[in-house]
Amino acid sequence: MEKQGRVEKFVVNHPWWVLLLSLVFITASSFSIKNIEFTNNYRVFFGEDNPQLLAFDALQNTYSKSDNVMMLIEPANGEIFTRKNLQAIVELTKAAWQLPYSSRVDSISNFQHTIATVDDLVVADLVRDPLQMTDQQLQTIKQVALSEPLLVKRLVSTTGHVSGVNVTMQLPGTNPMEAMEIAAEVRKITADFTKKHPELTVHLSGMVMLNNAFGEASMADNSKLVPIMYGIVILVLIMCLRSFSATFSVILLIVCSVMAALGLAVFAGIKLTPTSASSPTIILTMAVADSIHLLVTFLHNMRLGHPKKQAMQESLRINFQPIFLTSATTAIGFLSMNFSDAPPFRDLGNMVAMGVFIAFILSVTLLPALMMILPVRVKPQDELDNRTMKRLAEFVIKRRKPLLWVTGFVAIILMSFIPQNEINDEFVKYFDETIEFRRATDFLSENMTGIYNIEISIDTGEAGGISEPQFLADIEKFKNWLEPQSEVIHVNSITDTFKRLNKNMHGDDLQWYKLPEQRDLAAQYLLLYEMSLPYGLDLNDQINIDKSAIRLIVSLDNLSTRQMLALEKRLNEWMVINLAAYEINAASPVLMFSHIGQRNIVRMLIGSGVALVLISVILMFAFRSVKLGLISLIPNIIPAGIAFGIWGLIDGRIGLALSVVVGMTLGIVVDDTVHFISKYRRARIEKGLSSEESIRYAFSTVGIALWITSLVLICGFIVLANSSFKMNSGMGLMTAITIAVALLLDFLFLPPVLMTLDKKLTNKSH
Amino acid sequence: MKKILISLLFCLSPLVQADTVKGLEIMTEVEHRDLGWADMSANLKMRLKNKNGDEHERSLRMKTLEMQNDGDKSLSIFDSPRDVKGTAFLSFTHALEADEQWLYLPALKRVKRISSSNKSGPFLGSEFAFEDLSSFELKKYHYDYLGDEVINGILCFMIETQPQYEHSGYTRTLVWIDKQRYIPIKIDYYDRKNALLKTQTFDNYQQYLGQYWRVNQSLMTNHLTGKSTALIWENYQFRQGLTERQFDKNTLKRSR
Repeated sequence: MEKQGRVEKFVVNHPWWVLLLSLVFITASSFSIKNIEFTNNYRVFFGEDNPQLLAFDALQNTYSKSDNVMMLIEPANGEIFTRKNLQAIVELTKAAWQLPYSSRVDSISNFQHTIATVDDLVVADLVRDPLQMTDQQLQTIKQVALSEPLLVKRLVSTTGHVSGVNVTMQLPGTNPMEAMEIAAEVRKITADFTKKHPELTVHLSGMVMLNNAFGEASMADNSKLVPIMYGIVILVLIMCLRSFSATFSVILLIVCSVMAALGLAVFAGIKLTPTSASSPTIILTMAVADSIHLLVTFLHNMRLGHPKKQAMQESLRINFQPIFLTSATTAIGFLSMNFSDAPPFRDLGNMVAMGVFIAFILSVTLLPALMMILPVRVKPQDELDNRTMKRLAEFVIKRRKPLLWVTGFVAIILMSFIPQNEINDEFVKYFDETIEFRRATDFLSENMTGIYNIEISIDTGEAGGISEPQFLADIEKFKNWLEPQSEVIHVNSITDTFKRLNKNMHGDDLQWYKLPEQRDLAAQYLLLYEMSLPYGLDLNDQINIDKSAIRLIVSLDNLSTRQMLALEKRLNEWMVINLAAYEINAASPVLMFSHIGQRNIVRMLIGSGVALVLISVILMFAFRSVKLGLISLIPNIIPAGIAFGIWGLIDGRIGLALSVVVGMTLGIVVDDTVHFISKYRRARIEKGLSSEESIRYAFSTVGIALWITSLVLICGFIVLANSSFKMNSGMGLMTAITIAVALLLDFLFLPPVLMTLDKKLTNKSH
Repeated sequence: MKKILISLLFCLSPLVQADTVKGLEIMTEVEHRDLGWADMSANLKMRLKNKNGDEHERSLRMKTLEMQNDGDKSLSIFDSPRDVKGTAFLSFTHALEADEQWLYLPALKRVKRISSSNKSGPFLGSEFAFEDLSSFELKKYHYDYLGDEVINGILCFMIETQPQYEHSGYTRTLVWIDKQRYIPIKIDYYDRKNALLKTQTFDNYQQYLGQYWRVNQSLMTNHLTGKSTALIWENYQFRQGLTERQFDKNTLKRSR
């Protein structure tokens, strides 16, 4: 305390030095901010050792990569197979070759159609010079396209009312802005295209557009949400503090905390993701709390007529420990995110923890220094009305018994809805409808095919083994089992190619549309097929380099993670029985996202547990009382329980984002308890007041500050709930609910509990 | 305005023409020095490698018949992998029209003619396109001489070529021609969006019949996909008296 007193004196007596030092510190730490980078790749959500990521990487290394842009063309007349519309597809196909990193463009127009007559095989684009076509030719093309397994539900809808131009991309992965670069070019091409063909609409989807959406969502959030947040904070501050200088100082403190935290994060090599990009909003919210506690006391003291210096010194003396404690617990809560399986949440946790720590330092240095330098004028009557708090205190003291029972009962009822929650997420729905990618992808899956898929590699273990008739028969059986599954839209299998080649080699006789029955024949068909592939295509798409393994691509409806995991289970069961002879690896981005929710929840439960233990121990030391520490657990744990109960009632789906909420909110809701209990304890011990009197004291000293800080926090997280990125919005809403519940409990439940338990124990000890 | 433009063009044209003339001169010399070998056969190994480092090898025998004023005729017979042993591929290449191609599948015991305008597709799943492997014909490209450069210690002419074939996969290539021997040392291929797609290098040339330079190994690296293919040539033989009879679809069945 002695040392602390000296620091306070220094801050108050040498504000210019403190200001200078703070500015030097902030400038130094925010120096790296200019190098800030946004990652737009869904891969960032997975740790290096994530088993689903490893499985997917193994597939991507063996076969061609599957990054793509899907440009879906929707004609106003509802018919793709007209001269004009086909001509448009030819043009868009040609234009798409100009996209950066493109390695292949596929559409119905450049599909390599094979016609066989006796001993001639004619391989050519399905659509050539569409404007010169006769009605008869148009009909033939339509008939061919709509009966080709490689086209239907991949590049053209079953009825032919929409058609896609699919661009395969080879992303070098060296530049985080690749997806944005491509997306910008894609939009330019489609803008030119729709200008020329106003009767056509183009919808943009695919993995590259997904990646781009991640980047765009974070930028949109930062330009949309952060200003709103500043607006709210300024409003609340002006209303509560009624001092321009104080408001200005807090805003400066917030800006500095955010900048320094961001700068240090960038310096540490963190790249912003849509998740960690929400850290400025959260830091902003968190930084307000510390300063409010300090300033409310300071201004209160000044209104009582104390000189400025003394008012601040006293405020620092009273608030230093609680502010330090709350900052520490908040930081621990956010640091618990390090247990998450998804790196962006770890980054978010570390960035906010850093921001909270910096905000604490600045609150006890920069902020008081600024208040010393800036003119502060207060009018005594400007004090916020404290009568409400006094009345609330009386009410709580008088009705402690019923309150204890009613609140306890309501809490139990609400918590009983926790089992209504299920671990479930939907990957495309991470983006709301304001994001172009979401709308396009919804349209794509309603009209042609989904972007959800599972890639399955089936390895015979022998070079050339895929030509074995038994293997091909097994694959065909697998395909025949897959296709009728309700979740499956399309199965892309090399067996279709084998059957088509067999038919081609027998003069297009439909009777020969079946798998070749000799191994060497199949291998030779494959060689023929390889020789006829066009620019940018090779067998690696479906077959590995030594022809020992194939990859099936199963396109799926938009599935929730639960449905996805159920399908995966069914799939594995079937494969274990029927494909036991082969080595199998099934993976895809959607599978990765389906597993991470579950993995993350398990990890976060551990993380939250560790945070809880740490925070409790800190509180016990701080209050120098195991009893008070244990009592404080009640209002700290219950809010998250109630919030999840409420969530079970209103939504019930818990995904990646919500699983981090418990640990994170724990650190925040503790703050209110700390402030309340520390004032209660001060009254009990320093002033020797009774339990009831101490409750009154606590209400009158921190009641308003608690109310204001909670209001700011709730507003902050409700703003975050408006993010176009569902991970952020769900997390924001859930955190806002938790904090609101915690405030209610601190006002209505904690005091009765304190009075009851504290009295009982005090009586006993006497 | 028009007059100014025309005179401008006129002023510029000698400069451009000089490059084009020199480019054509150099390439004419390249073609000239490689005339008259009549026929050739060699064993070829194709080593395919993906980004992951997985490798796969195929071997075939190749016979080529030199044609006057047209692309050469070539016959490839596969030796391995075992499943495709005996498969034969006959191709009459042409400079500006589609190639003619026939394939004999021993398991089917039939010769099939493949009609396709596709020269830009990959040859047998390798990084080499058909158009990269077919014989050099002067009229396949338009040439511009860009200057001299040293590649691997060899002083080269640097020439930009633009394919004249409508369905080529490239916008242009950069070819480095050894100033002494008039043979390619390195080729950069630029794709349809004019981005560097592939690089081909030529290692270990040997001279045959005191005149004709043939490469022992050529490596094609795809910069976009990270895949590569090495062609390893062995046992070159010249002037064995091959005639068009050996390059006939009707005798394809009997070729071993």
